[in-house]
Amino acid sequence: MNRNWNIIGHTRTLLAISSVAVGLAILVMLVWGFRQGIDFTGGTLWQFRIPDASVREIEETFASKLNVEDALVTISSRDGSFLVRVGDLSEAEHQAHLGILTGLFPAFQELGFQSIGPSIGKELRDRAIVGIILVLIGISLYIAFAFRKVSRPVSSWKYGLITLLTLFHDVLIPAGFLSVMGRYYGVEIDSNFVVALLVVMGFSVHDTIVVFDRIRENLSLDRGKTAFRTVVNLSVNQTIGRSVNTSFTLILVLIALIVAGPHNLYYFILTLLIGVTTGIYSSIFVASPLLVLWERARK
Amino acid sequence: MSPRGVLFLVILLAVFAAVFVYPAGLGAKLLPWRLGLDLVGGSHLVYQTDLSKIGDADQNSVLEGLRDVIERRVNLFGVAEPQVFIARSGDDYRLVVELAGIQDVKQAIRIIGETPFLDFRVTDGVGTSTQFVPTNLDGRYVKGAQLSFNPTTGAREVSISFNDEGAAIFERLTEENVGKPVGIFLDGQSISTPVVREKISGGSAVITGNFSSEEARELVARFNAGALPVPISLLSQQTVSATLGTDLLQKAIVAGIVGTLLVILFMIMYYRSLGVYASLALLIYIPLTLAVFKLFSVTMSLAGLAGFILTIGMAVDANILIFERMKEEMLRGLSRAASVGEGFRRAWLSIRDSNVSTIITAAILFFFTASFIKGFALTLFIGVVVSMFSAITVTRTFLRVFVKSHTSS
Repeated sequence: MNRNWNIIGHTRTLLAISSVAVGLAILVMLVWGFRQGIDFTGGTLWQFRIPDASVREIEETFASKLNVEDALVTISSRDGSFLVRVGDLSEAEHQAHLGILTGLFPAFQELGFQSIGPSIGKELRDRAIVGIILVLIGISLYIAFAFRKVSRPVSSWKYGLITLLTLFHDVLIPAGFLSVMGRYYGVEIDSNFVVALLVVMGFSVHDTIVVFDRIRENLSLDRGKTAFRTVVNLSVNQTIGRSVNTSFTLILVLIALIVAGPHNLYYFILTLLIGVTTGIYSSIFVASPLLVLWERARK
Repeated sequence: MSPRGVLFLVILLAVFAAVFVYPAGLGAKLLPWRLGLDLVGGSHLVYQTDLSKIGDADQNSVLEGLRDVIERRVNLFGVAEPQVFIARSGDDYRLVVELAGIQDVKQAIRIIGETPFLDFRVTDGVGTSTQFVPTNLDGRYVKGAQLSFNPTTGAREVSISFNDEGAAIFERLTEENVGKPVGIFLDGQSISTPVVREKISGGSAVITGNFSSEEARELVARFNAGALPVPISLLSQQTVSATLGTDLLQKAIVAGIVGTLLVILFMIMYYRSLGVYASLALLIYIPLTLAVFKLFSVTMSLAGLAGFILTIGMAVDANILIFERMKEEMLRGLSRAASVGEGFRRAWLSIRDSNVSTIITAAILFFFTASFIKGFALTLFIGVVVSMFSAITVTRTFLRVFVKSHTSS
């Protein structure tokens, strides 16, 4: 464990990689946006099983027999159940369609039916936005608290600001990924997606704080005898084990959930997985190099 | 108390907790698990209430009446422990109905959805342009109903009786409309428009429609459960079949077990004997946390279960912080026993800090979001708090008992 990797030496490369990744994420979000789920737009999600039917067959049935043109049909590779997303369906329409489908496919088995009115959709979206803002405020206050003590040679607010920058880095990358998934695989974002991002924020901040705390501790012990970048590099190396391991145990659980867990949570877990992985990367390869770069620019 | 004593107590507690949370046998008899609709199957229905005709002062009593009526209706259907409550959202009041573990969701929705909204309307205007306008006499004032047959024609009739207030309104209404038709509307549809021959006192009315015997019987049953004081409309529904619910629950449990094993494997491979203690602490953490959920009657939904499984990956975080610190202390030349104390002492601040951000997120999610996310936030919060106890107290006790005896021998 006494290896000392020269991480700070690669500051430019590391930050370039991150900048490109974040830039791409922002770009795809601006250009493609997100495919919003029925949580946010209102609509209906219908899950059922029909053995030996194909997606095409279901799509055609919806269009010709049920007169539902906008049905978006996907099949779950895990258990062969169909997930159909359509616009607002009333309960009467639901029952009518149910009758027709059961008539056409005797083996039809309804697994779930979720219908959200447009007014509730708007409300859930508003609440999600309020949630994001409140968590951002809460976490910023916490960062201010964590770095409340005056420190030298780098003042505390710089650590705080970089922690916040790292947080955006960790959230934007999984968000951009979901935007790409929406564009190419029809993956939709919903309340769960927002929750996943908020949880990622919490982890991101904590990881960064662990490294920064060590930097400040080492700086005060060293009293300016060693070059700033050397102290930072040492601190990163000292904390790399705990930083990676604390996130890695979570990643193990997330992998178990992706592989064996309920498919309803698949994209929620995937968002978390990408966010937490990005968080490991950023706490080691982004936060501290950023600090060094800033100090260098000042001189 | 000696570390051995503490350890004995903690293990005893964990064993009790394990028996308590096991979903069969003694624990289930003491207090069964409360599982969310998404795991046992069932329906979550949200109705919009239309209070536009109700004065501000009456809103509460009307909403309470509505809730009671729906509850009676749902009980009529024979669902175990139905939840019926009013939820406020801005200026809107919503009626939420939760029906867990029912076999025939379709039937249940139909029965609630077709709940009759009865009102009486009178004609307005003169000449040919007559038009029905609502009066203030509606289902709120219906006391009961019964099936009867017209003595002369033998046709089926539904006779309804009003309460005192309703009787008075009905009397006035019939008095004012002698010779004119009065419309009896069910869910906005005219079902009968008898012409009033004379003022009717005594508070009973007879609806003569073209009822089949089944329709008439159903209508009577629904009126006896109470007609709705205000119209409602279905805003959103989530229905999960029992098959899907069970499947989701099983998969979540399997994933939880696999995740736990992976974490244990990693901790032992990376931290060796220290990892064994952390794993034991984790195995104590799981039943303890589940017991807390059960004691506080937390309803376990899929999201809640996911939150708990995530905490399994986070529960060993404190151990990792402590062990890394211990390694550093040992590198500095401290003995293994001394580094245990030093590791715990110096790691405490970072353990506290590492959990603060998650606690902030969970708390905000709990207070500012809707029901499904609330479940996730709650289990995440409880999990993080319990894990601080298990990782610190439990692991420290293990190390005190085993590392001390190890060095003294």
